[in-house]
Amino acid sequence: MLQEPFSIGDSQIHRLDPRFKVVFATVYAFVVALSNSFPSLFAALIFSFALVGFCRLDFLEVAKRIALVNGFIIFLWLVVPMTFAGQPLFYLGPFGVSREGVLVSARITLKSNAILLAFIALIASSTVATLGSALSRLRIPEKIVYLLLLNYRYIFVMEEEYRRLLRSASIRGFRPASNLHTYKTYAYLIGMLFVRASDRAERVYKAMLCRGFAVRFYSLHEFSFSLLDLIWLIVMTIAIIGLEILEWVKVV
Amino acid sequence: MGESGVIIQLKNIVFSYAGGKPVLDDLYFTLEEGAKLGIIGHNGSGKTTMLHIIMGLLKPSSGTIRAFGKPVETKKDFLDVRRKIGFLFQDADDQLFCPTVLEDIAFGPLNLGKSPREARKMAMESLERLNLKGFEKRVTHRLSGGEKKLVALATVLVMQPEALLLDEPTTGLDEDTNIRIITLLNSLDIGYIIVSHEYDFLARTTRDIYSVQNGQIVYDGDSSTLHSHYHRHLMGKFGHHHETLHSQT
Repeated sequence: MLQEPFSIGDSQIHRLDPRFKVVFATVYAFVVALSNSFPSLFAALIFSFALVGFCRLDFLEVAKRIALVNGFIIFLWLVVPMTFAGQPLFYLGPFGVSREGVLVSARITLKSNAILLAFIALIASSTVATLGSALSRLRIPEKIVYLLLLNYRYIFVMEEEYRRLLRSASIRGFRPASNLHTYKTYAYLIGMLFVRASDRAERVYKAMLCRGFAVRFYSLHEFSFSLLDLIWLIVMTIAIIGLEILEWVKVV
Repeated sequence: MGESGVIIQLKNIVFSYAGGKPVLDDLYFTLEEGAKLGIIGHNGSGKTTMLHIIMGLLKPSSGTIRAFGKPVETKKDFLDVRRKIGFLFQDADDQLFCPTVLEDIAFGPLNLGKSPREARKMAMESLERLNLKGFEKRVTHRLSGGEKKLVALATVLVMQPEALLLDEPTTGLDEDTNIRIITLLNSLDIGYIIVSHEYDFLARTTRDIYSVQNGQIVYDGDSSTLHSHYHRHLMGKFGHHHETLHSQT
């Protein structure tokens, strides 16, 4: 079951206005993604680490998530340096490892880690529920916000239904193999899941109607922008300006 | 007959699902203020269908519905009924759709136009009433089956309904949760209809027990004198239920 381990905590970052965190994380992600100079990217990585540090999160949990993303990045390192056109740095058998390829891979690694860490610190430190109401306060269309919230709520229910179907198949001797029977069975399972999802959606909608739902959602959250938010706003603005300076000013 | 004291009145209700024979066939039913009724019947007998018709979730092909002394016909009429009658769904997962318990309970009051502050206060009070204090920040999908049911009940009660409809409220619950629900129901001063196939549960929460047979509501008797083999009382002393017997052959 999906947990939200990072949302529990009482650090300064946890107490920030989630609207502000969402906005800053988005701007920051763009700035980092569009940066190319190494001083700027290294600075971003350090800043992101600092944010996670401020959140006082469980280091092991954070490391696990980073490891997951870097698993993909390893594949990048296996392919890009050898296929990217540019000056060969050295040769691995018949393959030339290009300098440009290594630099591109290094940039991608730095960028993705910096952005991921910042999102862990800023976004994962709020619950999905809170993020939903923050997004709706930021004038994100309600349909999108409720798509997020209802997905989050029902994904487990659907997973449970899927497991139930799969169990009932396996207690009747179903063993997946690479044959038509297996594909057909999975197709039935998925089809049944869709049917159940649509039934479920109808029942949920009816239950909402019974509680006076009239197409509009209201939010219970009242956010306020505090002094703490102001302080962090200044810190984070300075950080972004700093990254931009490192990006554009040639370091001699 | 006088309208005062009658919460719901169904007359001549006919309903069938697409392509099937009528589930409800010329059904008569009356719920009076404060009456605690049980409806028993086997699967597919139309118990749930009747509740859905009362709430306007299903539209009967013929018949009339009156609620609180007024005919209920338009969508707007049903909006009013839904404000005054609370409906507990069979599967609590259908009812609890917000990420946290507090938001879910506050959903109804917010729809009724309460301010977030008021809604929060009402939600907290209703949690307290159900001995669920401390549940407000819990994530709904991580609750146990019994907890989900109790929270679902809180989401209905917080709207301060004038009557409750409960659809199989005890399915799959443990004895402890069952007892909590029984105690709670007995402490309510509003009337309710409970649909169930568990006779024992109905005997402990309702006074009069009905069953659905051949698409009609039949009075089975007083729960204190009725035993698990059902026999019909058709006569005399239950005169005020006359309406519900009207169409019987």
